[in-house]
Amino acid sequence: MSDTALQGAVYRGYVHVSEAKPRPMVSLKGDLSDESLRDAVRLTMNSDFPEALSVIGGDKGQVAWMAPDELLLFPESAAEALSSIQHKLGDAHVLALDVSDMRTEIVLKGAGAREVLAKASPVDFGALPPGTIRRTRIAQVPAAIWLADAETAHVICFRSVARYVFDVMAMGARKGGEIGVF
Amino acid sequence: MLTLKCPYCGVQADETELSPGGEAHLTRHGPGSDDDAFESYLFMRRNPRGPHFERWRHAMGCGKWFHAARDTATMQVFGTYSAQTTESPQTILDAIRAVNPDFQYGAAE
Ligand SMILES: [Zn+2]
Repeated sequence: MSDTALQGAVYRGYVHVSEAKPRPMVSLKGDLSDESLRDAVRLTMNSDFPEALSVIGGDKGQVAWMAPDELLLFPESAAEALSSIQHKLGDAHVLALDVSDMRTEIVLKGAGAREVLAKASPVDFGALPPGTIRRTRIAQVPAAIWLADAETAHVICFRSVARYVFDVMAMGARKGGEIGVF
Repeated sequence: MLTLKCPYCGVQADETELSPGGEAHLTRHGPGSDDDAFESYLFMRRNPRGPHFERWRHAMGCGKWFHAARDTATMQVFGTYSAQTTESPQTILDAIRAVNPDFQYGAAE
């Protein structure tokens, strides 16, 4: 996957905006209260099962809670995760799909990371603790956002709007645009 | 700014993250219904000045449809609740009557 949406674009403003190295992503839709599904996720990802609105890190990657019936897995290998889930759930009613090429991840680093996001999103980032995932919009398009720590934000968007999201973030991060709200 | 709490994922969502779905608790009149009922189902909507029930979708979020009750004049939100119901729960009606003691659902506005 050397052919990324943004060819590893980087913008150095008062916040550092960059396209993250592509990593495997698997979308899993199903009944999240089902014990066999929860077990399949735990075993596949070697992690706990995420609480609502949280993103957690396991040995084999992260697991993000996307909706009451949807998770986003970041395994080491999408193919292995898919076969593991398929193997453990058999013909249970779930959808597991490799969405790696459908999504782009952008990382914001710097003391103003939350501020740059807040310029384009209707979210109170002062009240968003690290490890909580928030699906929202960035300007005109949907995105999922979480903070790894107070100065590092991850943004997942559709690959088709990656350039748009990157440019919005870069514009918000231009030097001279500091507000200092957080 | 209108913010509604999505009853499915628990996010306090801004209006711009939601898609409006119009009046809630409509009764569908399909094939076999008379013309008046069908026309009413398709086109006729209540437009009250006061408490109102609406459908919204958490479009830029978990994607779920839900119901909301709010006052169209004061913008007070009385609450949000599941889409899997044909009527407003008592807790919502109580919240409305706390402010509007005479409120009757479906009364002429
Ligand atoms: Zn929601």
